[in-house]
Amino acid sequence: MLRAKLRKQFSASPGSAAFSLDLDFSAGLGVTVLFGPSGAGKTLTLDSIAGFARPDEGRILLDDEILFDGAARVCLPPRSRHCGYVFQNYALFPNMTLRKNLEFALHRRPRLERHRRVNQMMERFHLDDIQGRYPHELSGGQKQRCSIARALIGAPRILLLDEPSRGLDAPLRAELYGIIRQVREEYRIPVLLVTHDLDECVELGDEMVVVRDGRGVQTGKPQEVFDRPANVEVAQLLGLHNLLSVEILSLDPGRNVSRVRYEDYELAGPYLPGHLIGDRVWLCIRPRDLTAAPRTGRPGANQIPVSLERVVERVHGLRQEFAGGLAVEGSSISVDEARRVKEWAVEIPAAAMRVL
Amino acid sequence: MLDAAVTLPLVLPPTVLGYYLLVLLGRATPFGRVYEWLFGSPLVFTWQAAVVAAFLHAMPLLVKSARAAFESVDHSYERAARSLGASEPLVFARVTLPLARRSILAAAALAFARSLGDFGVTIMLAGNIPGRTQTVAVAIYDAVESGNGALARTLVLVVSAVSLAILWFANRVAARPLGGRAPGTF
Repeated sequence: MLRAKLRKQFSASPGSAAFSLDLDFSAGLGVTVLFGPSGAGKTLTLDSIAGFARPDEGRILLDDEILFDGAARVCLPPRSRHCGYVFQNYALFPNMTLRKNLEFALHRRPRLERHRRVNQMMERFHLDDIQGRYPHELSGGQKQRCSIARALIGAPRILLLDEPSRGLDAPLRAELYGIIRQVREEYRIPVLLVTHDLDECVELGDEMVVVRDGRGVQTGKPQEVFDRPANVEVAQLLGLHNLLSVEILSLDPGRNVSRVRYEDYELAGPYLPGHLIGDRVWLCIRPRDLTAAPRTGRPGANQIPVSLERVVERVHGLRQEFAGGLAVEGSSISVDEARRVKEWAVEIPAAAMRVL
Repeated sequence: MLDAAVTLPLVLPPTVLGYYLLVLLGRATPFGRVYEWLFGSPLVFTWQAAVVAAFLHAMPLLVKSARAAFESVDHSYERAARSLGASEPLVFARVTLPLARRSILAAAALAFARSLGDFGVTIMLAGNIPGRTQTVAVAIYDAVESGNGALARTLVLVVSAVSLAILWFANRVAARPLGGRAPGTF
């Protein structure tokens, strides 16, 4: 279990703007994803946990051990932190064979034990056949497995992965996900994964922390975060569709309804507690809660006429994307029809509207 | 400050450096006395002095290149080593040094070549005693001065050949990728 509360200030300097990190999160067993755009402070957070960067203040607890405490002036050196770190470029020592790379992590253990554990690890990560090779003789996938094996062999208390899938093609990515799942099953340690890849969050994450400009803006299970983004920034970071900026025209708490205006269309919505008539609010609607039908005549109640931009075929069905940022998923229309018809009417059920 | 002191021999005229050393290490100075008391003979105008001269003359080149070599090692390797529980001396011995080795070797070769050719510092500090403190560079000067053209030509050819060989070696070593062996070689 990792508990981290970090604060670090960087004043503006030529070539870089001022930046401050102010993050408070925890990572239990399973995979916790630090998600955010580049420059949000994700890697800095990882480096602070591993001991490569020193926060100005805060506390980092790993299990029961204090790794860093600003107030008590505790700051363990990286070698005493028991963090397995997988670097973006793998950082396999180029002057050592793959086997030596693994042995390096156990340099303090007796020779026999070292030998046994390296053999075990080689087998587990399918590296036995190539143990005599140097890093530059390895393929991308082999390097990846080796660097994860090296990070794990010393029995760390947490595994830190810095954008491990960056620059990988689809098959390698799938292999990586497999390895990370394997690690989650076989090792009882928290895995902290830094990424700006959404699919990775959903695919691997048990928990996710959305980071923006050095601050944690939302924490939760990835599916929950996707379904209920805390605010419009999070929704935009997550690349969500169907973000509608609407003006409230009327509110009726008695019948639990409201009327809102989106662009030129008046829609019926649910009662919006805590808002006043005339307010502008963001509505977010999940693509699978919308329905689209080929347009015939005037749009009906709560329907918006839109023109189709593209159709994305996905594992779980079609997604139709329309001009203006609307998207609909899971309609029962055939691919051909979905593509052929250009003009559509999208129906927005009042019950599906969520205020951000 | 230390950096400036190390770099100084690189920019000072050799004779100036030689003069300083002579003043600093001469028989009457504290250092000279300690040396004489320790080894029973003065330092200046001996072959040991020639070694000191050559060393001090070439050292800045080595120090500068070595530093650049150490700094050019990708920090993620050192970080990786630290996170794997390695102490600083171990990181240096097993990661930083091996990765910087080639550049340092190349720099050492160049520094050696430079120390071979030193004239000014040597002649100031070690003098020119044939067979005892006479270096090749000084010998060539001597041979030309005394009209011994054949000897001068031979020495010049030898020094040129040695220098070229060192240069070739240094380039060969430095051209390989840092760390890992070049593809196809073992």
